[in-house]
Amino acid sequence: MKLYNISFNNLKRRKAKIIFLVSGLLIGIATIVTLLSITDSMSRDIEERLDRFGANIVMVPKSENLALSYGGITVGGVNYAVEEFYEKDLAHIYQIENKKNLGAVAPKVLGAVELQDRDILLMGVDFNIELALKNWWHLIGAPPASADEVIVGSEAAATLQLKSGDKIQLTKDRSFRVAAVLEPTGATEDGIIIGDLHAMQAVLGKDGRISMVEIAAFCRDCPISEMVLQIAEQFPGARVTPVKQAVMSKMQSIELFKSFSYGIAGLVIFIGSLLVFVTMMGAVNERTREIGIFRAIGFRRGHVMQIILLEAMAVGLVSGLLGYGGGNLAAWAVMPWVIPGSSFAGFNLSLGGIAVLLAVSLSLMASYYPARKGSNMDPSAALRVL
Amino acid sequence: MQATDRQNEVQHLIEVHGVGKDYQMGDSVVSAIKTMDFFIDDGEFITIVGQSGSGKSTLLSILGGLNHPSRGRVLVDSLDVYGLGSEQRADFRSEYIGIIFQSFQLIPYLTVLENVKLPMAITGIKAGEQDEMARAVLDKVGLADKVARLPDQLSGGEQERVAIARAIVNRPPILLADEPTGNLDSDTATEVMRILQQLNAEGLTIIMVTHNAESCKYARRTIQVKDGSCLSHFTVDHR
Repeated sequence: MKLYNISFNNLKRRKAKIIFLVSGLLIGIATIVTLLSITDSMSRDIEERLDRFGANIVMVPKSENLALSYGGITVGGVNYAVEEFYEKDLAHIYQIENKKNLGAVAPKVLGAVELQDRDILLMGVDFNIELALKNWWHLIGAPPASADEVIVGSEAAATLQLKSGDKIQLTKDRSFRVAAVLEPTGATEDGIIIGDLHAMQAVLGKDGRISMVEIAAFCRDCPISEMVLQIAEQFPGARVTPVKQAVMSKMQSIELFKSFSYGIAGLVIFIGSLLVFVTMMGAVNERTREIGIFRAIGFRRGHVMQIILLEAMAVGLVSGLLGYGGGNLAAWAVMPWVIPGSSFAGFNLSLGGIAVLLAVSLSLMASYYPARKGSNMDPSAALRVL
Repeated sequence: MQATDRQNEVQHLIEVHGVGKDYQMGDSVVSAIKTMDFFIDDGEFITIVGQSGSGKSTLLSILGGLNHPSRGRVLVDSLDVYGLGSEQRADFRSEYIGIIFQSFQLIPYLTVLENVKLPMAITGIKAGEQDEMARAVLDKVGLADKVARLPDQLSGGEQERVAIARAIVNRPPILLADEPTGNLDSDTATEVMRILQQLNAEGLTIIMVTHNAESCKYARRTIQVKDGSCLSHFTVDHR
């Protein structure tokens, strides 16, 4: 017989009371785990959605001149000496510290050509990347399947009277098929022709050159501004700017969810602690006579404390583990209702560790005072029999 | 005076010197024990008799190191029990005292064997030895076949015998019993008294509180308590 045998036998044979005690703590821990798991899943979901919303970093060659355009209106007949990057240098972007946070890297080449006696802007892109990045594009027709196919913006199609399947001659010796017309976007794309990056480089006489790069990046643990600095270091000749609106909305949404869930978690912890404290206090008071027996037969205060705190630790451990499991289960079940179409982000082992540690600490803290009170009882007063 | 001097020269197992116990009841002070002086020798079987509220149970709790007296000293084996700190007094109880409580006071969630082993949980005795010692005392009180039962699966007499086994398992030199037969029928009470008598015959010092005059016949000496004072000591000659 050791002191822990007394604790475990008590837990084993007073099932109903222990189930009640474990349930109280379990509900608290499960609520916290559910909230944090949902928040985590929501953050990930929001990140994914916002990442799909487009690029949040733009890299263009440095220029001494100031832009003379606003809202798509260009004033003056200023000709800029257009500076460009070399496509082969683009690989340097993957040398930044936060390279794992780089999503889509979409290089573009820009230039004007004459078509049907009109100047028109051509943009060369990697269609696989571009169409994934601009998922709000709606095409009338099929996406280009080869380098000889192009997408025509809605305004350009109207002006040039083009539709899917038409042929256009962009150079003397090279014609392209219109694979699709882009539905109006309200942006610059409406007035341009979009083709394959390498094909357009050839048409524009800019082989191996890039006019700008759009980057979709997200970093949960570091600000985008840090990634901007890292990219700028790799490209001294480039001006790298964050698209602030997108970044801010991403960060703010996530921070808002986190603050909300931490607030609720704090409240739940407080209520859970009170519950455990009151239950433990009741459990110790119920055992006054038993503690009196322990003390009367020679148990020291420390022995009584050990028995009660060992029980509390076991209750905390079981509640923590079950609460973590239950919380994740609840998060998994609730997530599709909270954000339709989303899913549970999966088990977070660190959260599991924290949940168990929290449950054990709460149980120990809530039991400490009752245990101390119990162990300090005068044995004769506790027994009231001698 | 001469008698007291003679008594002081002899080494007694328990010496009670001017012990009194007062309780504060609102504005007034009530003396549960006024002043008591007596000695108990090793191997004695003492009964303390008196009416309800006479102070006999308070006296027993003071002898057991459970209840700090308001005045006076209790020496056990020359050790000033209330000169010890609370934790040392717990060690003293573990080493010197076995207690049989009035209403058995078994731990409901421990089996008979575990209840008996309870005092050994803090002694450092190895598990195998604990088991052996507990089974031996359970055999002595006739409960060797009920080791796995829980207290509520036993009769009153059986519970009393478990309480006796628990009290003696650590082989203490002193056994305190508070009305051990108070809740038992006469046959079971006789059986319990015979067990106590046998333990005393083996050398255990027994101090038993009772209001039952019948039980006094098993003791060698009886201390009669009335209104918190020792009214008389009388010795029973069993020869």
